[in-house]
Amino acid sequence: MSRTLSAPVTVAFDYTRSVGPVLGRFLTGLRDGHFIGARLSDGRVVVPPPEFDPVTHQATADFVDLPETGTVTSWTWVSEPVAGQPFDRPFAFALVTLDGATSPILHAVDVTSAAEVSTGMRVRARWAAERTGAITDVVFVPDALGVPTSEVEAAAQPARSLEQLTGIVTPVSLDYTYAASPEESAFFQGLSEGRILGQRCPACEKVYVPPRPACPVDGVPTVEEIELPDVGTVTTFCIVNVPFLGQKITPPYVSAYILLDGADIALQHLILEIPVEEVRMGLRVKAVWKPREEWGTTIENISHFAPTGEPDADFDTYKHHL
Amino acid sequence: MGKMPAAVIGVGQTHHRAKREDVSMAGLCREAMDRALEDAGMTLEEIDAIVVGKAPDLFEGVMMPELYLAEALGAAGKPLLRVHTAGSVGGSTAIVASSLVQAGVHKRVLTVAFEKQSESNAMWALSVPVPFVMPVHAGAGGYFAPHVRSYIRRSGAPTHVGAIVAAKDRTNALKNPYAHLREEKTVEMVLASQMLWDPIRYEETCPSSDGACALVIVDEDVAKSSPNPAWIHGTVMRSEPTTAAERDQVNPQAGREAAAALWKQAGITSPIDEIDAAEIYVPFSWFEPMWLENLGFAAEGDGWKLTEAGETAMDGRIPVNCSGGVLSSNPIGASGMLRFGEAALQVRGAAGEHQVDGARRALGHAYGGGSQFFAMWVVGAEKPTS
Repeated sequence: MSRTLSAPVTVAFDYTRSVGPVLGRFLTGLRDGHFIGARLSDGRVVVPPPEFDPVTHQATADFVDLPETGTVTSWTWVSEPVAGQPFDRPFAFALVTLDGATSPILHAVDVTSAAEVSTGMRVRARWAAERTGAITDVVFVPDALGVPTSEVEAAAQPARSLEQLTGIVTPVSLDYTYAASPEESAFFQGLSEGRILGQRCPACEKVYVPPRPACPVDGVPTVEEIELPDVGTVTTFCIVNVPFLGQKITPPYVSAYILLDGADIALQHLILEIPVEEVRMGLRVKAVWKPREEWGTTIENISHFAPTGEPDADFDTYKHHL
Repeated sequence: MGKMPAAVIGVGQTHHRAKREDVSMAGLCREAMDRALEDAGMTLEEIDAIVVGKAPDLFEGVMMPELYLAEALGAAGKPLLRVHTAGSVGGSTAIVASSLVQAGVHKRVLTVAFEKQSESNAMWALSVPVPFVMPVHAGAGGYFAPHVRSYIRRSGAPTHVGAIVAAKDRTNALKNPYAHLREEKTVEMVLASQMLWDPIRYEETCPSSDGACALVIVDEDVAKSSPNPAWIHGTVMRSEPTTAAERDQVNPQAGREAAAALWKQAGITSPIDEIDAAEIYVPFSWFEPMWLENLGFAAEGDGWKLTEAGETAMDGRIPVNCSGGVLSSNPIGASGMLRFGEAALQVRGAAGEHQVDGARRALGHAYGGGSQFFAMWVVGAEKPTS
């Protein structure tokens, strides 16, 4: 068995991006099927338009319509496309300088092999049939191929939106492999056998649960293993009444710090089997384990903590943990 | 050689809102920057270096936004630094910017901090489940609520003290045209609002805001051009681990030590008598009395007595968050810089309707993470003598 545990984690969100008036104008142009660039104070014509002039720092205001034809000034071949790229087959990323512009735009060129793309080649925009006002509304194709007449007409007489686009949705999804430290891994593996393992710092002699690669105070590994009971005291807690995105437990619930007997740091866990308004500091609680066949290497083997029925702990026994 | 004198001569901020859908991140920053530059009577060309601060990138989903922002912020051809210390970042960013001047490296530094919370959901971003660990996390409120409960138990404070803070700060915000929440609140209204993370109520909680704040910080020579520079009398940052055995999260060691060092730097022996206005990072109402104690305005366990007696109101002994504070506007990355900037406005006599009469020395304070990062400064109307 590996010394450390790992598990996949996906962090994903559809970000709602405000684009501002300048990029909003450019993206609205894409939705309408044409390119909008800007003439800068130094005479350059740039697409997409920068939000602020690089020389005067003033907000960009001199917008220009640009044609849908241009020239490749440099390119690279994407032989193995990845998710989220413009094509699921090999294609070129190219710097395309639109006719009338002085700086190139980076975009995809739809060709089937690297032999079909070259610096200096002429390209033309191919607009998506359904456009949303995103950079993916358009790709470039070799101009020699021509494009269907209907699309040329559509582009020649672009519709003009009355409503300018103000935002786009940007989905982001990152896949990680989460790795627990060797010390935490020992803790989680202990849980898979129904044991709660802590470690004592050799310098300050505090018992950490979960154990640490380094005591946060002394900077040394917490090496001496201590098996802890599954009984402890609620030090402090909050009652979560608020629902939120990604929440795993249905509110209201009590999220509590539980100081296991013999430990010097409290664990965060759930308190059940008692009305939330009766949970209190000093409450004595015991772990309620899930059925053994459901156990894994996780603290979720403990379903929750429940009152033991003992008298509450004396304040002096836990006040230094508040 | 000691630090060279440095002063704030320009303060700018955006109108803070739940959603600023009219501007991009760059536009939001420029709104604050352009106001700070106008206040300082300067243009971007005159600025030597730019220091950017914001909280976790997960809030907007743009990795290292300072790279994409560089040109829009006028940083091309100049040093551009980005600072990140969680919620305290607005404060630590201002301190990094001021240290560039105090070290004699630059004469004119512009610093800007921002957050565009509407681009995602901070509650989600702060509660991403971690494998093997119990998924009981519930955002910042869920994190801090147990420690607020600890404070109430340790100090014996009456449970309505949090509501006094919330009603005061929200009502103060009526005097601040830039504030996000501008609504008259009474203690009764706060107490009647829903318990979100018991013991923290809805009205005792900061909003999610889009906003930015910018400062122009200059050396002694450049400061002569300003009619009312806010001189920097002391800057301190301290940090500590998020969790440690018996760590005090009510009165954290890093905050106590930072405050002690700050008062020493600023030559202050009795903060409550010598500070005329304080802008303290209070995202949940109870942190006002907690930080009053941590900062040394009150003895341990006594902070709530100042609040309850009205001593933190605008006409009190130590006015706290006359701007409305974090409880009224919370663009997270900018929230600390707003505290620092509002302190500067007070000693410049430029705080408008929320000006404390005759304020000569003011505190700006920020904290972040699990109460593990602290940043604070003292600014004054007079040039420091040492």
